[in-house]
Amino acid sequence: MTKVTMTVNGKSVSGAVEGRTLLSDFIREGLRLTGTHVGCDTSQCGACVVHVDGKAVKSCTMLAAEAEGAEIKTIEGMANPDGSLSVIQQAFQDHHGLQCGFCTPGMVMSAAALLAENPSPTESEIRKYLEGNICRCTGYHNIIKAIMAASGQSVADVAAE
Amino acid sequence: MYEFEFKRPGTIADAVAALGAEEAQALGGGQTLLPTMKQRLAAPEVLVSLSGVPEMQGVCMDDAGRVCIGGATTHATVAAEAADNYPALAHLAGQIGDPAVRNRGTIGGSLANNDPAACYPAAVLASGATIVTNAREIVADDFFDGMFTTALDDGEIITEVKFPVPEAASYQKFLQPASRFALTGVFVAKFPGAVRVAVTGASEEGVFRWTAAEEALSADFTPDAVAGLAVSPDGMISDLHGSAAYRANLVKVLTKRAVAAC
Ligand code: FES
Ligand code: FES
Repeated sequence: MTKVTMTVNGKSVSGAVEGRTLLSDFIREGLRLTGTHVGCDTSQCGACVVHVDGKAVKSCTMLAAEAEGAEIKTIEGMANPDGSLSVIQQAFQDHHGLQCGFCTPGMVMSAAALLAENPSPTESEIRKYLEGNICRCTGYHNIIKAIMAASGQSVADVAAE
Repeated sequence: MYEFEFKRPGTIADAVAALGAEEAQALGGGQTLLPTMKQRLAAPEVLVSLSGVPEMQGVCMDDAGRVCIGGATTHATVAAEAADNYPALAHLAGQIGDPAVRNRGTIGGSLANNDPAACYPAAVLASGATIVTNAREIVADDFFDGMFTTALDDGEIITEVKFPVPEAASYQKFLQPASRFALTGVFVAKFPGAVRVAVTGASEEGVFRWTAAEEALSADFTPDAVAGLAVSPDGMISDLHGSAAYRANLVKVLTKRAVAAC
């Protein structure tokens, strides 16, 4: 076992991990932050996306030991300091960007990474950016609308179906 | 995943020393290796992460005008930082996997793995790039040795890749949408006096140069120059996504598109 220390949602945390402990396992089992979901564990679905030093990463495909010293942000760190939903989260609610909600933590983290890079993405840029995030429920259109709305853009032209 | 000992050295020298251990394996971004280890298709005893080696990071230009990329540089960084000096290469990097994969996956990891459908091998071979390791320099034509096989020795690390910049270049990827690898991909690079064409995703031998097209395009750099050439389906990959004949046809179609896009 090795000791790892990292900052998660603004707080310094440490824990003992095996070499093979995945970042997703450390977050879920070690820190009990179960908002980060593991849908596939094969790097396909994106439900496990977190930010590592500001970049979207699939936490099921990174070792916890590699996050030594890193700044991690998970879905639990997305709400406003007073506990109200952040703009992106509120937009997902307003535009019905989720049904079962399983993919949502990853969708929100990917959306936040996209908007940090590109504050006013086009519909096609949003669709491209979400290529690694799979949703079995919504059919994506409402997710796209939510991200358009969260970036202050009109959703009127987003494909209806 | 089986248990292993994890090491994260801070220098190339320490990484080479760590890789001297029995059953040691280098870890780039882990976007292929970690899934492979989860399936227990790889079981190293010592895993040496290269992500903590600053001297293997980043994109710069050398005095010969080559774009030089550190072996541990992620696809996302190449997509952003090579855009001005070698746009076709940056474009290729920006189409690998998905954004989260591009934030972890590295050029050195991709080349050392030499997946027969990976994108980077096509860029390296078409550009006539040089692979720099901790021990030597290997020219692209000597590096790829059939699928999942390269000229690298055990424990040898790709520290840098140097790309001569062509006058014009284009990579055309026919996406396999489930894996996000190339079902077939063609990289065309036009240098003064010579054209190089490298094909990935098609052959059972991995990436290869389509020399007949290179000759035709060197004489006449137009999409029609390859129209009369035949690509044999012998030795092409055949799977549920596409037959050998389909891939052979794609080689030609994508080459034409690449020339048209140059
Ligand atoms: S759980 Fe990580 S990509 Fe699906
Ligand atoms: S809301 Fe159910 S998987 Fe996306």
